[in-house]
Parts: sequence; structure tokens; C-alpha cells
Amino acid sequence: MKSRLKLLASPARIGIYAFLASAALFFLLPLYVMLVTSLKSMDEIRSGSVLALPLAATLEPWRQAWSEVCTGAACEGVRAGFWNSVAITVPSTILPIMLGAVNGYALAFWRPRGATLLFGILMVGAFVPVQVMIYPLVRLLATMGLFGSLPAIVLVHLIFGMPVMTMLFRNYYASVPHELYQAARIDGGGFFRVFLQVMLPLSLPIIAVAAIMQVTGVWNDYILGLVFAGRDNLPMTVQLNNVINTTTGSRLYNVNMAATILTALVPLALYFFSGRWFVRGVAAGAVKG
Amino acid sequence: MTAMRPRYRLRSVTPFAALLPMALTVIVAYVGAALWTLKVSFTSSRTFASDNFVGLAQYERLFANERWMLSLHNLAVYGLLFVLACMLIGFLLAVFIDQNVTGEGVLRTIFLYPYAMSFMATGLVWQWLLTPGNGLEQALQQLGFRDVQLDWIIDQNMAIYTIVIATVWQASGLVMAILLAGLRGIDPEIWKAARLDGIPKWRVYLSIVVPMLGATLSTVFLLLAVAVVKLFDAVVAMTQGGPGTASEVPAKFIMDHLFLRSNIGLASAAAVVLLVPVLALLAPYIYARSRAKGRA
Amino acid sequence: MSNVELNQFSITLAKNQVIQNLDLSVRQGEFLVLLGPSGCGKSTLLHSIAGLIEPSGGTLTIGGRDMAGVDPSERGIGMVFQSYALYPTMTVEKNMSFGLRIAGLPKAEIARRVERVAGMLQLKELLKRKPAELSGGQRQRVAIGRALVREASVFLFDEPLSNLDAKLRTELRRELKLLHQTLRSTMIYVTHDQVEAMTLATRIVVMQGGRVQQIGTPTEVYERPANLFVAGFLGTPAMNFIDGQLNGAGQFDAAPLTLQLPGAAQAQARTGGARAAVLGVRPEHVHIASGASLSGTVSLVEPMGNHQVVWLQCGPHLLSAISQEGSYVSGQQVAFAIDASRVSLFDRASGDNLQAGQVSQAGLADAA
Repeated sequence: MKSRLKLLASPARIGIYAFLASAALFFLLPLYVMLVTSLKSMDEIRSGSVLALPLAATLEPWRQAWSEVCTGAACEGVRAGFWNSVAITVPSTILPIMLGAVNGYALAFWRPRGATLLFGILMVGAFVPVQVMIYPLVRLLATMGLFGSLPAIVLVHLIFGMPVMTMLFRNYYASVPHELYQAARIDGGGFFRVFLQVMLPLSLPIIAVAAIMQVTGVWNDYILGLVFAGRDNLPMTVQLNNVINTTTGSRLYNVNMAATILTALVPLALYFFSGRWFVRGVAAGAVKG
Repeated sequence: MTAMRPRYRLRSVTPFAALLPMALTVIVAYVGAALWTLKVSFTSSRTFASDNFVGLAQYERLFANERWMLSLHNLAVYGLLFVLACMLIGFLLAVFIDQNVTGEGVLRTIFLYPYAMSFMATGLVWQWLLTPGNGLEQALQQLGFRDVQLDWIIDQNMAIYTIVIATVWQASGLVMAILLAGLRGIDPEIWKAARLDGIPKWRVYLSIVVPMLGATLSTVFLLLAVAVVKLFDAVVAMTQGGPGTASEVPAKFIMDHLFLRSNIGLASAAAVVLLVPVLALLAPYIYARSRAKGRA
Repeated sequence: MSNVELNQFSITLAKNQVIQNLDLSVRQGEFLVLLGPSGCGKSTLLHSIAGLIEPSGGTLTIGGRDMAGVDPSERGIGMVFQSYALYPTMTVEKNMSFGLRIAGLPKAEIARRVERVAGMLQLKELLKRKPAELSGGQRQRVAIGRALVREASVFLFDEPLSNLDAKLRTELRRELKLLHQTLRSTMIYVTHDQVEAMTLATRIVVMQGGRVQQIGTPTEVYERPANLFVAGFLGTPAMNFIDGQLNGAGQFDAAPLTLQLPGAAQAQARTGGARAAVLGVRPEHVHIASGASLSGTVSLVEPMGNHQVVWLQCGPHLLSAISQEGSYVSGQQVAFAIDASRVSLFDRASGDNLQAGQVSQAGLADAA
């Protein structure tokens, strides 16, 4: 016979908040440690606890990470990697979205023969580990004279981004009333006209979701950038690993952490600003057709 | 009449033409590449693909390879722990957040932000946290726990568990987000009916909600299982497969043999073997989907 | 079987007072219908009686017991929801027995109750099926069955028929009425459909804006509506409303329409003196007959099968009339009469019915 009032302070309620608070601490711990470590001097790190706030906060590690650390060949910081990542991410977002939208549109409304089977194989392909396809793609790109260049990595991201992008748009268009498409056809619209004038304007929400997912996925990619981008276009994630795991001599943990934050910055910022859209993407990506 | 026919044909060709890139991608980049890898796995290719067919020799060598067997063992241990921990933690987080807690938005943001970080960044931060002599070990010792030792990451038997911790930290939020969406999709009147029936909350979750979430739970399981098979970045970041080869995983084994050790025959065989669990996981889904389509 | 008493009952949700100082007495064994448009608070009131929403003031007793702080499952009630809310992964049998099993009832007793209710609602062949395999009507019966097995004293229904198609709705309506006749339990039923209310209720509570507009038997609320709202809400086609002037001599004037009101009505109207009023007359009391005193032009005819609805334009007024015989065409001039003994008069400002001393409950609360 518990009344509502008692429920507010009941042991169950306290237990819930206790669990959630501890979980929150666990999840926030690495972010906190990353931040404070990146603001400390090496002496402080050696002598102090990783959990302590910086006694004398300094942005020096950040400066070093951005423009001085050695990322393999050059010692110009992760700055180069940042711009490489930008150069890779922009086309690798725009192109897959465009193709995904057209694919999804064709699959949802026109359904030409054999398309559903192709789509099915594409979806299976999304689950297959990239190692199965990596070497043949290397050979193919080498034959085309593209291997180790910016077009190569963009093409690869297009190939591996296609399943999710197509699925997102196809599911989205499947929820658009079919009558809208039929009315547009009756009005005389052909394939591209209906797409550009009717469906695309409706697609802004899903384009936002797709953009967020693709930017995050491409920016955070390591393996494809490592293999296909070529030494001049290595994305930030690859350079980060070079900085931290292949340095000889003393390890500058504060610089390492600053570099890590810089690398994680773009998707994290995107996440914190886009909130609900990010979650929608996650949920949409999890719903398989 | 004849003037109309070519226009009709043109209209019906455009969708095919528009889907050409997708068709090319599927046929060349996915199916073609997979078949090529399969073919190479039957040859004695080392640095370059050769046409010297050796049947199943590469597979035999593969399963006699200690490092490969260890990577499979690691993957199995890792996979079990990772999937269990993620699903349990994700489920609990989702259920607890669904209890009308204040600050829900903030909590959700906190639990999901790790997913926005790359595996590389996650691995590096956790590597730092779990480095003996520094990181958490030092912090705890300074807090008074003098005897604490957190040297898993350099311990051959324990290294794989550090990777579990880091990746569970990253992925639980995703599980939470998906399950929370599922929970929210449950008709609120079911909750009311259960209250009227006098059913305690935990029992509602156990007997009504979880069965209702069956499809969502299996989707989550599939996503996690596939992520297990693809495990690569985090290992490179945290332990580089070490100490020694103690935390080797199949994906890394393949990459190493493709690019560093120049043995693409062996690597291709390994890639094909890695494909088997993925297809095994997908088979029930594909079967269920085609049955549903048949009925509909 | 018991009665339900609400005293000065108030419910506040998110700073809105959804229900204000409501007094209601539900008699044992009656079928009380809470009728009103969406947002009038009827569903909220029902949920509050069930214990799913906390009241912000007043008391509620069921069977003489004060329900403050009592869990929904311990109030001796059963409830049927609008979306049925069946547990999707359980069979019909499990759906009905789950609550009883949790309550710890012996297996034999549970089986007995399920048997009995399944028989009453023709669910015997469906016991092993899951909700997804049932039609809408069958699902609704299972939902009712789940409430009935509780052998409660009061049953609450939250718009249970609104998700069904028209034909199914009439069928289940009849079954519900038969059920009430068989069980003779107290039933409180929420709906926005006035036909459902009229056919099922022993008494109707007409609600709007969280306040009771009128409580009465179907006949009472239909023939003597307490105010404009009740008058307009019940009846299809809706009552005709004519704005006009009531002079001190018992004559209603809304040129070109004038009406002389019979005795008692005259007396009531006279005491108030001349005033602006609204005349309400139901279509079935507008008679088209040659030689009648009023005249109008036919603007539209709607055939309904066993009768016609004829729309008449009389000066600025558009009236609907029901005619059993005769054929009319648009533009036709006809003579018609209004049965003055069956009209209602409403005060233009307050909307209250001016006749027979009937003042709406809303008015009472205002005066107090």
C-alpha cells in the first residue's frame, strides 16, 4: 500500500540514482582524465595522481600536439592529419549520401528487377569483415593507378559506406506514403524529376542523420585510412597512433592526451551539438529494414 | 503508337541506370573481392597473387599456426565477455533511465558520447589509464590503496581483458540507446494494465517487456557480435597485440600477414575462415526475413 | 457490487486543473457513462478512479472504503483500455490469468474463473492463441475478460470501442449491454460517442472543460438538456439552434420565425422578462405539413433510408427537419411547423436552459 509520496524517497528510487550515478562516473572518467592530463606538465603527471586536477594548467601540450609532434616522417604535429581528415571526410560524406539517396529512392519506389537481391547482398556485405575485401581492393586500385591517393580513400569509403547509407534512405522512403510518389508520376514526373522535386526536399531529416553518421564513421576510421590513403593523406586517427605507439624515448603523456582529444574533437563536438539526431541515426542504423 | 514506345523504354531504363553504381559496387567490390580472396586462399601466394593452386594447404597451415589459434581463442573469450557485459550494462542503463529520472537528457548524453569516439582514441585513453606505474594504479595507490596492482595490460593472461573493458565502455551506451528506444515503443497502456493486475515492476520487465523486445534484443546481439569479429583498432591502440602475441585477434593476424609478413595466401585463408561465423550469425536473420516476406 | 462516491474531487495535471471540485455519486449496479468531447477530462477522471492518476483534492470512496493511497490493484476494480493493452507475448489464457497468478490465487480457482469468463465472452476456442492472431473484436473481448476474471465490484471502461470499425462497434455495444444485464455490476464507461452513451447508460454524465454539465438518464439529458452544450452534443442530426428575442408575453421572435410558447413555458419566460434567448428544437420536432404557419425553402435533402433529413432555409435560419414520407426537391417552398411543447429555451449569455427550473450543475457550483 505505498502511496506516491513514499515512492519518491523509497530505497528503490535511491538505488536507481546510485546505480546511474556510478555508471555516469565510470563513463566520464576517461574524458576527465584525458582533459586533465592534457593540461598538466610532465612533472605533475609523474608525481601526481591521474585523477587530480592540474595544479598549474598549461596549454603547452596542446600546442605541441597540434604543431610539433612526430607523426612518422614529419614532425609537424597532428595538424596535417586534421586537414587530411577534413579532405577525406567531406567528399566521403557527400558522395555516399547522394548515392545512398538515389539508391534508397530507386529501391523504395521503382523496385526494378533484381534490385532487391542486389540490395540483400549489399546488406550482407555490410556485416562482412573488411579484411575479406581489402587485398583485392588494393590490387584493383593499384591497377587503376589510384592506390595511396585521396580519390582512392574516398572511393573506398564510398564502397563501404554504401550499405548503411542506402539502408537509411530506403527505410526512410518506405515510410513516405506511396500515394505521394504515384501522384507525382501521374503529374508526369520521370525518375529524376520526382526524386529532385518531390523526394529530396522531404529528405532533410534523414540527410542530417546520414551526414552525422557518415562524418563520425569516416573521421573515426583507422583501418581504411591506414591502407588506402597513402602517406600524404593519412587521417588523424592513423597519425595519432603513430604519435603515441611508435615513439621512441620518453613518452609525453600530456601531449599524447592532447593529441587524442584533438583527434576525437570533431565527432564529439558533432555529437554534443546534434544530440537527438545522433540518437536517431543510431536507432535507425540498428533497425534492419 | 510507335512514338510512345521508345519513351516508355527510356523511363524504365533510368532506374536501372541509376542503380548501376550500386550494382557495380556489389558485384565488383563485394562479391568479386570476396571470390578473389577465396581463390587466393587456395594458392601459395606470398607477396603477390600467384596461380599455383595448392588446395586446402593454406587452411591446414592456418590451423597449425599457434598465433592464429591464439587469436581465435582470444576472440572467443573477448566476444563472450564483450557481448554479455554490453547487453547487461546497456539493458540496466536503459531500464533505470526509463524510470522517470530527473536529468535523463544529461545521463543519456553521458552514456552515449563514448560511441562518438574512434576505437583508436578509446584504446589510447584506456591504455593510459591502465598503464602500470601511471594511470589508475598510481592514482589508487596515492589514495591509500598501497597494494593495488593494475598490470593487466602487460600481463599475457590478462591483456585481453583490458580490451574488454575499453570496448565495453565504448559500446554499452549504444546498447542503451537502442534498448531505450525499444522500451519507449511499448504501449504505455500495457504498463497501466499491469499496474491494475497488481504485477510488480520487476516482474513486468521480466515477463512482459523483455519478451516484447525480442526482435530489438536480437538486433543488438547481432550488431555486437559483428563488432567482435571486426575487432582491430582497439587492439592496435591498446596493446598492439601484445605483450608478444598475447592479445592477438584474427583481424590483426590477417592485416599483419597481408602487409607486413607478405603472406597473402595464408591471410586470405584466414579471412575466409573469419567470414564463417559472420555468415552463421546472419543465416537465421536472412531466413526469418525471407519467411516473413513470403507470408506477406 | 458497490457504489463509487466522489466528493469535491479535483485533478491537476501539469499546472492545469483538469477536473474541478466534482461531486458524483455512482449507484450500485448502474451503468454510468462519462460523455464529452476530447479533452473534457473524462478519461483523466476514470484513470483517477482507477488509481493510475493522483487527485489533487477531494475524496474518493469505493464500496465505502476511502481510496486515498490505495494501489490500483487493491481497489476491487477491473479496467478495459482503449488499445486493449493485452500482453502480446502471452496467450489469451495467460493474459487473463497472469494477474491472478501474481496475486497468489490457487490454480483451481484461477482455472474456474477463466473457464467461466471465457464461456461468457465466447473465448473458449481462442484460449491458446496470442493477441496478434486475433481480430479487433476478439482482442476487445479478451481485454474485457481480463477485467472480469478479477471478479471486481466496479468495472471501468476507457473508450473500449473507439478502435473498432462501425459494424463491430454496434455488435460489441449490444454484447456489453447484455453483459451488464447478466452481471449487474457497477460499470463506469467513458466515451465521446453519444450513441454509445444513449444506448448503454442508465445515467449519463455530460462533461466539458473538467466540469459536469448535466447528470441524468438518457431520456432526461436528451429531452431536457440543462444547457446549450448538452443540447447540442446529444442527438443526430444535432438540435437546431435559433437566436432570437423572448418577449415578456411568452413569444419567441426570430423574424421571419415566430413561435408562441405554451403555458408553463410562458410563465417561466415571463418572470424573467424580455431577454435574448436561443430556441432549441430537434429535427424530429420540425414537421413539414401543408397549411402550417411557417414557411421555408428546401436547401438540401439527405435520404437516410427509413427517413429523410430535409434542410430548410427560413430567412437567415437554416433548420433540419426529419420527414418520413413525401419527396422534396431543392428550391421547393414548403410550409412547416415547430412543436412548441417540445422546444428548449436557453439564455443567450449563460447557455442555461430557462425552462422547468433546471439549472446545470456547472451553474450550481458557480452560485455556491
